[in-house]
Formats: sequence, structure tokens, C-alpha cells
Amino acid sequence: MAPLRAAGRIEEKVSDVRKVAEMEGNVDKTIITVVGKDTVGIIAKVCTYLADNDINILDISQTIVQEYFNMMMIVDTAGTSRQFGDMADELAALGEEIGVVIKCQKEEIFDKMHRI
Amino acid sequence: MINLFEVAETNKMIEEENLDVRTITLGISLLDCIDSDLERLKEKIYRKVYDAAKDLVKTGEKISREYGIPIVNKRISLTPVALVGGAACKTIEDFASIAMTLDQVAKEVDVNFIGGYSALVCKGMTPADELLIRSIPLALSATERVCSSVNLGSTRTGINMDAVKLMGEIIRETAERTKENDSLGCAKLVAFCNAPDDNPFMAGAFHGVTEADKVINVGVSGPGVVKTALEQVRGENFEVLCETIKKTAFKVTRVGQLVAKEASRLLDVPFGIVDLSLAPTPAVGDSVADILCEIGLERAGAPGTTAALALLNDQVKKGGVMASSYVGGLSGAFIPVSEDQGMIDAVKAGALSLEKLEAMTCVCSVGLDMIAIPGDTKATTISGIIADEMAIGMVNQKTTAVRLIPVVGKGVGETVEFGGLLGYAPVMPVNPFSCDAFVNRGGRIPAPIHSFKN
Repeated sequence: MAPLRAAGRIEEKVSDVRKVAEMEGNVDKTIITVVGKDTVGIIAKVCTYLADNDINILDISQTIVQEYFNMMMIVDTAGTSRQFGDMADELAALGEEIGVVIKCQKEEIFDKMHRI
Repeated sequence: MINLFEVAETNKMIEEENLDVRTITLGISLLDCIDSDLERLKEKIYRKVYDAAKDLVKTGEKISREYGIPIVNKRISLTPVALVGGAACKTIEDFASIAMTLDQVAKEVDVNFIGGYSALVCKGMTPADELLIRSIPLALSATERVCSSVNLGSTRTGINMDAVKLMGEIIRETAERTKENDSLGCAKLVAFCNAPDDNPFMAGAFHGVTEADKVINVGVSGPGVVKTALEQVRGENFEVLCETIKKTAFKVTRVGQLVAKEASRLLDVPFGIVDLSLAPTPAVGDSVADILCEIGLERAGAPGTTAALALLNDQVKKGGVMASSYVGGLSGAFIPVSEDQGMIDAVKAGALSLEKLEAMTCVCSVGLDMIAIPGDTKATTISGIIADEMAIGMVNQKTTAVRLIPVVGKGVGETVEFGGLLGYAPVMPVNPFSCDAFVNRGGRIPAPIHSFKN
């Protein structure tokens, strides 16, 4: 369960960043979902892309169901210079490389649907 | 904070259960375009619609991309053209030339339909109203994207039977003029009772005269989502069934509300309403009839169908109303035949007749919708069917509508292909007995007693 350990480590590191960002109130949250067959280095590759583009990770959760890797990241795109559409395309392309499906969606759609 | 399961649930709705926003419809008032010179009028209309709608499709696509939710259609609704063209149009060709301008601008801004080639004649017809109605066959045969509707009655005014009679003839003529395409023109023509001013769905959308200069109305969808949710509560009692529909409708409508607010912000146009309709498509798994089956019917049309539809319609509204700040339009379950695979199957199996569909329209949104009938159906018979449907709307204080397609050259049992979202339909039998003497009486049916509420 290497990805789980990696997720745990990354989550610890990003928790401080998250607190600062939320305190400043300057957060533009996007949900990144990664779904596909589990393989080595999925989280590492996604995180590298995010780090290279100044995108903060606020939260990660991940499970493996019947060998299928299922991850959700909440990221803050307020600091990046990338356009949302470009980021979504590049992450989708990265997903194709690794053999998983990566989707980017603004958080509000989930927030509106599941919170009153 | 949002968790993995909530994200997975939303994305499953979108990816596997056909959750989408069916339409963002931009309503535009044309009242300030009125001119007695036809060429100047058309120029003003073109300019206003183009300026207002040039970013509509781009904005819809941007929202769709950012939230990962498909927005199937971007459309325009306009002030009823009979009101706008009255001063300039002296012939049916004059009116039809406005339709051509609308078609041109719709193509230019890349919307798939433009509605509002309409007349509101629920009590009487002005010469302009009548001219517009008489120009409908020509207008619909000469254009691709223009949609037309006529309001023939209301609870407050009664039913304009002269106009009902005329519409029977107009539907026949439209079928004849578009016979090369399986009488497709009739799929873009609706007769209404109690037509709402803010309906975002075609073919009946128009921008009412009570509306602001511009407005964004959004129509949601999601029969597949409701059906899947109900699969989890098979055998449970009605309380559980109804609660499940309400919760699902709430979630679906929240997405519509989000998209509507975002479109309104990006286009700088006020948000009007969210229309809570369950709108099916011919895609497998996107069917209102399948929901009725999941509720417990072998086929749509079986005994119990009207009750099942009534509860579905009511729960969708109850769940949806809390999810949106403004609800309007048609808001209910649509039961078109050609646009719903489950309905098509029910007709083919002999479970669903025109008469049962009429009963169903008493308890759901709208009415007899996208029903193919034999091409040799008499105009008066079509008028009689319209009158029945108008009476249901008038007496029950609800919107009802008729969109029948008398398919020229085809008879009962044959199939018609409309393509795309309009789907395909088996030609259904019509009661063969005459109503000529009834339709030919002329005049209007008075408003019902319960309309006098003052």
C-alpha cells in the first residue's frame, strides 16, 4: 500500500499550507479525482505536476477498491498562473500516460450538491 | 470538507447516469426592436440577439468544463414575434422573413434552437397574431433552428376555439411542407394552454412580456439519476420511495442552480429561474418511463401509471424547490414519446395509447409531446385533440401543450426518425370518430368558474 503511505506523508506536509491559505481566505478550490488501475507512482506524478505549477494540495483521500485506485485531492489553484482549462487538459494527458483517468472540477459542484 | 464518497457519487451521476444540465436559455426582449419598416426591424433584431448571445455558447462550455458537468444545449428565447412584427408585417412572407433572420442569427451565435416565433392568442387574435400563425408552415419549412409556439387558452381567459381550429390546419400544413423530412417541422411547433413566460425548454420557449430585457433560465435533467436512486429502494413503501425521489431531485437541481448563477455572473445577465423538469433523451438510461417501471409498473401505460407519475412529479417539485432560489418554467416530468426510449418501447408493446398519455398529462408537466400520428389525420381531429388538452390545462390551472406530428405518407405501426435529441417514434393510432361539428362551431370556451378568484 505504498500510495497510502505516500498520501499520509504528503497530507502531513500540506496541512500547514492549508491552514495558512484558509486563514488568508484566498483559496480557489478544485477537486482532482484520479481513478484507474493501481500502479507505482501515481500520487508522485500528480504531485510533481502540481508542485511544478504552484498548486497547493489542501487534502488527499484515497482508497483501493478491487485493485482500482481511487483518489481525490482538494487543491488550491489561487497561486498558479495556469488557466483552469489548460491545467485540466494537462492533468488528463498525464493520466493517460500513467493509465488512469484524471479529472479536474471546481469544488462548488460537490459543495452545492452535498451541503445545504 | 467534501469527502471521497460524495465526489464519487456526483461523478457517477454524471458519467454513468446521464446527469446533465439540459439547457441554458438566454431570454431576450425584442420589444425595443419594434419598427414599422421591415428591413430595419430585422436589422435591429439581428443586432440585439447577436450582441446579447455572442458569448452564450462559449460561456456554457467554460462552465461545463470547470465543473465537469455536460451542458447539452445553449438556446435563445425571444419576445413573441407576433408582438414585435405586427407593425411591419403585412403578409405571411413578411413574417417568415423574420424567421429567416432568427435562423441566421441562431447559426451565427451557434445555438441549436431559437424560440419565440410565437403568438399569444388565448382570448382573441389580432390581425398580426393570425398572420404569424398562418406563416408558421412557411417559416418552419424555410428555417432549421427556429421554434414556434402558440398559446391558445388559459385558466383566466378560457380557450380560443377559433385559434384551436386554425392550429389543426396549421399543423397539417406544416407537416405537408416538411414531408421530405418526416414532417419534422411539427416537432418545432407547440400549442399551449397557460404557457409560462420563462420556460427554457424548446420548442415552447419564448421570452414573456412580463420579463426583464434579458434573463438566464436553466433547465435541469436527470431521469437516469432518479432511476438509479430508486433501484436501491425496491420493495420499500411509498414514504421511502418519495423521500428518495425528493433527495435526488434536490441534488440534481442544486447543479442547475449553480450553473444558472454562474452563467448569469459570466454573461452579466440576471438569473431568472431553474426549471425542475425531468427531461428524458433517447439515450438508454435517460428515460422517465424507466422511472415509472422502477416504481413498480411492467410498462409505462399499465394501470397505476397516472398515480406513479403524479407522485413522481410532486416529489421532484418538492425536492427541487428548496434547491433553487427561483423555480419556474414547466417544472415537472416530461413525457415525450419519441425522446424517451422507455416510452417508445411501451408504445411498441401496446401498453401505451394516446388516451392514456392524455390522462398522464393531467398530473405531469406539459402534455402530449412528440407523438407521431398518421399523416392522413384530419385537421379537425388534431384540433379536437388540442382542445381536450387545453381543457385539462384550463380546468386544472396548469400548463398543458400539444406537439403532434402527423407524418405525411406514414400510417400506424410505421416508424419516424427525427434524429438527435428528438429521437424516433412509432406512429400511433388516433380515435377515428369525427369531431368536425364541435370544432367548427367557432368562438371561444368561457373561463372556468374557479378562475374568478377576485
